[in-house]
Amino acid sequence: METIKVDARGLSCPQPIVETKKVIDKLSGGRVEILVDTVTSRENVLRFGRNAGWKGSFEESEDSFKVILEK
Amino acid sequence: MNRLLMSKNGPALAGTIIGIIAALLVKFGNPGNMGVCVACFTRDVAGALGLHRAGVVQYLRPELAGFILGSFVSALLYREYRPRGGSSPMIRFGLGFFAMLGALVFLGCPWRAYLRLAGGDYNAFAGIAGLATGIAIGVIFLYRGFSLGAARQNPKASGYFMPLLAIALLALLIIKPIFGAEGTGPVFFSVKGPGSMHAPILISLGAGLLVGWLAQRSRFCTVGAIRDLIMLKDTHLFKGIVCFIVAAFLANVALGQFHAGFEKQPVAHTMQLWNFLGMVLSGLAFTLAGGCPGRMFIMSGEGDSDAGVFIMGMLVGAAFAHNFSLASSGAGVGAYGIPATITGLVFCLAVGTLFMNRVD
Repeated sequence: METIKVDARGLSCPQPIVETKKVIDKLSGGRVEILVDTVTSRENVLRFGRNAGWKGSFEESEDSFKVILEK
Repeated sequence: MNRLLMSKNGPALAGTIIGIIAALLVKFGNPGNMGVCVACFTRDVAGALGLHRAGVVQYLRPELAGFILGSFVSALLYREYRPRGGSSPMIRFGLGFFAMLGALVFLGCPWRAYLRLAGGDYNAFAGIAGLATGIAIGVIFLYRGFSLGAARQNPKASGYFMPLLAIALLALLIIKPIFGAEGTGPVFFSVKGPGSMHAPILISLGAGLLVGWLAQRSRFCTVGAIRDLIMLKDTHLFKGIVCFIVAAFLANVALGQFHAGFEKQPVAHTMQLWNFLGMVLSGLAFTLAGGCPGRMFIMSGEGDSDAGVFIMGMLVGAAFAHNFSLASSGAGVGAYGIPATITGLVFCLAVGTLFMNRVD
């Protein structure tokens, strides 16, 4: 299954959500990885994904978070 | 407590506590319906530093230093201190400048718009309607790909500037240096008017620290609340402002501070068109910048230099607002408040249009 990647690092609220929404609105399922760099953006994207019916998790690296949405 | 604040009900919990704190700050001496007003407080700081000479609005409000320091400590404790910046800083300065002008035409930031309502000031309806309209215009730009560009990670020390500035302001408040040519200044303190009305320093500072911590943990945002409701049908921040208003209202009633009506409200005027348009300008500017003024102080404590630049724009905007007769008073809008509001709207609409650069 193809993974779609979104780089939302450094974007102000609520642009990480807007970028994520643009991608998942076109999909019925699959895996989307969104890179963000603040805990606030991580929580916002996770909450948005879960509210949209996706399963959400995240991985932390040194300077960013990878939010993973799957359905 | 931290888990509660981080939960989906976090903003509601934070809003409830902050609403009560705001009412109590009025009881302890802050001006009416101004327990917390980020714009008014920034304006008072500008006056205290002599950037404007409106004698009735000069005080180094320790609540603001508390917001920054409370957020800074909270961000450090929970490993959320992440210095960042570089997303169109001059534009953010301009947005802060005009957000302040709009707020001073209405006479309050979004926080105070809600607090004015909670105190029975019906003029706040026009302001809140304007705020929601400004936010809705901002949402249209966001949907069309508006972005000021990505911020980058900055060296760790870059985020220390705002907390150190907060400490410097507290030091000036305590030392009260006076060595100006006229026997006053360089730091000014109002002897009458709203600037002379304030809670004791330690209470104000303690309240500011607590609000800074609560807002940092919960992401309480008085502009994001309406933005997310319109854009995403997401109510979790909106519940925060509902609880904020209800808690402040109940506390005001309990403390005998609720006075319903349009006339003779504290630090307010009844020119509804300009109450409305002032807040359209503010709401739009805050939405394009990514959050309400309180949130900007919180983010600056987390190390966000762009939020710090926005605050500097607010500070300079406040100075211009009084020096150029743009700010309103209880009597109505300032001599040049109307053209300033229109100029600000043109600026924000131009920024919104010119930065729609992420459309696929």
